[in-house]
Amino acid sequence: MQASIEKRIRSVFQIPRKGETYELRSGLVSQYAYERKDAIQRTIAAMTLGKDVSSLFPDVLKNIATPDLEQKKLVYLYLMNYAKSHPDLCILAVNTFVQDSEDGNPLVRALAIRTMGCIRVDKIIDYMEEPLRKTLKDDSPYVRKTAAICVAKLFDLNPTLVVENGFLTTLQGLLSDSNPMVVANAVSALTEIQETAPETNALIVSSEILKKLLTALNECTEWGRIAILTSIADYRTADAREAEHICERVVPQFQHVNPSVVLAAVKTVLCHIHLLNPELHKQYLDKMSPPLVTLAVSQPEVQYVALRNINLILQKYPDILSNQMRIFFCKYNDPLYLKVEKLDIMIRLANPKNVETLLSELKEYALEVDMDFVRRAVKAIGQCAIKVESSTERCVNVLLDLIATKVNYVVQEAVIVMRDILRRYPGYEGVIPTLCQGIDELDEPEARAAMIWIVGEYADKIDNADELIATFIESFTDEPTQVQLQLLTATVKLFLLKPQNTQPLVQRVLQTITNECDNADLRDRAYIYWRLLSANPQASKEIIMSKKPPVKNVIAHLPEPVLEELLRELSTLASVYHKPAETFVGQGRFGADALQKKALEEQAQLAQEETIHVATKVGNLENLLDIDFDLEPVASTPPPGASPMSPVPLAAGVAAMDLGGTPTMSPVLDTNQPQQFRSNVEDLLGMFD
Amino acid sequence: MISAVLLYNQKGEVLISRLYREGLRRSISDLFRIQVISNSDVRSPVLTLGTTTFCHVKHDNIYVVAISRQNADIALVFEFLYKIVTLGRSYFGKFDEEAVKNNFTLIYELLDEIMDFGYPQNTETDTLKMYIMTEGVRSETRMEESSKITMQATGALSWRRDNIKYRRNEVFVDVFEDVNLLMSAAGSVLRADVAGQIILRAYLSGTPECKFGLNDSLLIDPSEDFHSSKMSKAAAGSVSLEDCQFHQCVRLGKFDADRTISFIPPDGEFELMKYRTTENINLPFKVHVLVNEIGKSRVEYKIAVKATFGSKLFATGVLVKIPTPLNTASVSTHVSHGKAKYEPSDNAIHWRIARFPGDSEYVFSADAELLSSMTNTKTWSRPPVAMQFNLMMFTSSGLLVRYLKVFEKSNYTSVKWVRYVVRAGSYEIRF
Repeated sequence: MQASIEKRIRSVFQIPRKGETYELRSGLVSQYAYERKDAIQRTIAAMTLGKDVSSLFPDVLKNIATPDLEQKKLVYLYLMNYAKSHPDLCILAVNTFVQDSEDGNPLVRALAIRTMGCIRVDKIIDYMEEPLRKTLKDDSPYVRKTAAICVAKLFDLNPTLVVENGFLTTLQGLLSDSNPMVVANAVSALTEIQETAPETNALIVSSEILKKLLTALNECTEWGRIAILTSIADYRTADAREAEHICERVVPQFQHVNPSVVLAAVKTVLCHIHLLNPELHKQYLDKMSPPLVTLAVSQPEVQYVALRNINLILQKYPDILSNQMRIFFCKYNDPLYLKVEKLDIMIRLANPKNVETLLSELKEYALEVDMDFVRRAVKAIGQCAIKVESSTERCVNVLLDLIATKVNYVVQEAVIVMRDILRRYPGYEGVIPTLCQGIDELDEPEARAAMIWIVGEYADKIDNADELIATFIESFTDEPTQVQLQLLTATVKLFLLKPQNTQPLVQRVLQTITNECDNADLRDRAYIYWRLLSANPQASKEIIMSKKPPVKNVIAHLPEPVLEELLRELSTLASVYHKPAETFVGQGRFGADALQKKALEEQAQLAQEETIHVATKVGNLENLLDIDFDLEPVASTPPPGASPMSPVPLAAGVAAMDLGGTPTMSPVLDTNQPQQFRSNVEDLLGMFD
Repeated sequence: MISAVLLYNQKGEVLISRLYREGLRRSISDLFRIQVISNSDVRSPVLTLGTTTFCHVKHDNIYVVAISRQNADIALVFEFLYKIVTLGRSYFGKFDEEAVKNNFTLIYELLDEIMDFGYPQNTETDTLKMYIMTEGVRSETRMEESSKITMQATGALSWRRDNIKYRRNEVFVDVFEDVNLLMSAAGSVLRADVAGQIILRAYLSGTPECKFGLNDSLLIDPSEDFHSSKMSKAAAGSVSLEDCQFHQCVRLGKFDADRTISFIPPDGEFELMKYRTTENINLPFKVHVLVNEIGKSRVEYKIAVKATFGSKLFATGVLVKIPTPLNTASVSTHVSHGKAKYEPSDNAIHWRIARFPGDSEYVFSADAELLSSMTNTKTWSRPPVAMQFNLMMFTSSGLLVRYLKVFEKSNYTSVKWVRYVVRAGSYEIRF
């Protein structure tokens, strides 16, 4: 029977009589055991290199029944790889699997059930029932723990079969197994089933199960501990005593040598800590600090994970490492990804006591070579100044020192940072002349925009402001929009602050924009200014030079709900990216499709919102400026997506403008904007300030 | 969980590819090669493309890569990758491309054993070595033997086999300390800490129960009420451990309750504990650095290194790395002891002193001539001076082993040896 199938297959494949495949084949069917084994090894080697050796399937399969465990493993490995391409032939292996699963040697039994679960061919599944049932109740814990995982494998292929045959119930029963490793694997398997199919209620931790898990925790392998800790973290209790008990039992794991166990323990404690009384709450947070610091000095890759997680924990508990800032000082040879994370954490830890040390450290970093890191360091100095008020003067001095180095990118970043500081703390205008010295070196849009903003805002304090603005205007049409917008606003400010001699400048800018520029935002803004200026210069001064809301915080914070979600996911990929898992992981088998569908829906939704947004924005503007568009009925109902205001004949628009309500309305718009839209806000601010 | 583990060589050729889960295309290995190995600008050890995540660790000349398609526990993934490296080293001595190529069937066998369906299983080297053996020593395992092995691999004492017998019962305790220092240009200590490691080599018969004692200040501290009567203040000279981690054989609950370290050791060498201290660090070397940049063409160095430890001790393998600007043309050095050599590939002068006795001071001076080039207008970033050394019978933390008690049914006596070594971790001095 077997021979006839083989003949048929041979004829299908039309095997050549020479070449590597031919050689391997003759080895595989050799009469000498050692030659066969050697051929199997070479086949596996070819497989690893990515060569397609699937045509050897029947010949490799012949070697499956062997007492040599090593050879058996190799054949199984081959089988797992190519089962998909020869589903029919897999049947030939079933017999051996079933026999092996009853072998006297537990290693062989476990190997058989482990491999069977990896051969994802429907026909095999029918033969799996019996061996799986037996091995789940095997005497040897080694076999039981392998069978436990096998249930999860089977569930992935055929969920109904698992439920109908009672494997799920047996697996749940293994949570009470006497062997901790069996418990741990049962937890892993059940967690996975629960995740893919919540309706099965595969793993619902109850107080009963919790007790079993806590007992197994102290005895199983490091990996098992992580599985158990994670399931305990997911356990929701409302009982403060129970939460206390959990924390008490989990805390010793902070001393485990494996950093991932420590992180899992930290996560578990953090998930239950909110139920404890304030005293215990503090006690456990204190206990957490030394292991967190140890994680932050472990091997680079794990250290990276730890630092990302510490960053999250600090956002929720800002005081937890307040005395440990020095540990986050960057080493010269740290990889960049660590340095950047450390920098961010140091800023979060900055307080009036340590700010002195921090600043001298930041200054060191600002003199290093990697451009990206240096810029972040300079930025950090600014964040430091804004966070810790008492340090502002020192920060400004450090920034001035850095500007004096004349390293191009340092100066550019320093200018951007200075803009924020000036906005936060009035009274540092004295540095402006120093900033102006480097004005020609600035070639990045953001730095140029920042510099122009400064010149415009403090035009009355800068003697040659008009000259500076004039130089920028020379190349107006070549500038990116960001700079153009700032330049427009700055010119208008200059005119308002120093009306003498600057009128030609303003007119030139307004004319250039309205005649030559295509950008709608830019044109609109120019028109508004133009109308304002021609209608009532005094009112325009009040509007354009109005008081701005101060910059309060320049350190990024995650929104509360996201932060809470991520804290429950510590140590996972989500916590490393600071993004919820849905953003980068598909759901189950249909993940990619579902995700794509969701993305499409989202886009549709977004498009819709956008339309509404634009519409309301337009509405706002109309309210704000109280423009009477009676003369232009078309403009008052612009089509969605069109620019907020279409150009209106100047005279008509100005005539219809009523500026009475404007100044009182503008702050409402300013203050309600969330931080992350700062750049947008700035545009808006520029528009109305 | 982990979907696949791959090993690559530096060229990006796949050496080992073990898939644990469905849903990966064969071309997935190319993706990593293109995105990471041939990409010079990789800025994170974790990379997600679409919904597939690659985590990699580089060891010697190979990349060890794990692929996951879920929201995996990344700390676990990296620890598992380190574990593969540790296992490889303990099996083959060296875990590099050659070792992988020569032992690829064994590696497949190991990968099959230490991970199932993406979940890590038993990864204890000693247990694994009982049933996964290198070619030379492989023998037909008998049936009853393998039952015993599997009992062990899953038992509560998964790290120790039964019936170990030694004629001479000995334990060697090695205390290794890596002292880390970051000193500012002004000479103040910005950061100093010690990362310690206690390695035990236990050659003990039977199932010995061990108790290990250190001069841990939390135990000795008179202010702690439960010990106040026994310990006098004379026992000061204790060390306060900021944090410690233990081998899995140590009963963590017991340590948490009363800070006793009790355990049944694995056979042979293992890392009993790691610890970290930040207070009262004894720095074995004080370094004074004076660097003058004279114009754009010359840099002048004057360095003095002073050993602060007792004159009976001496440090070995002392190496001071003094960075030089990238456009250095030539260097002339003068040293009081040892040898100094300019290493252009490292952009540094290496000053080596084979033997550095305690309580002495050695000096170094050098002149570096710089090439004047038009392109190099950047200022020199002045990386810190770094130091390496080994020092026996000294601890920077002040830690001392007070006792190691061994209890066994047969009540044999055992011999214990203790050795202390301090090494430089990252010992950096800015200037």
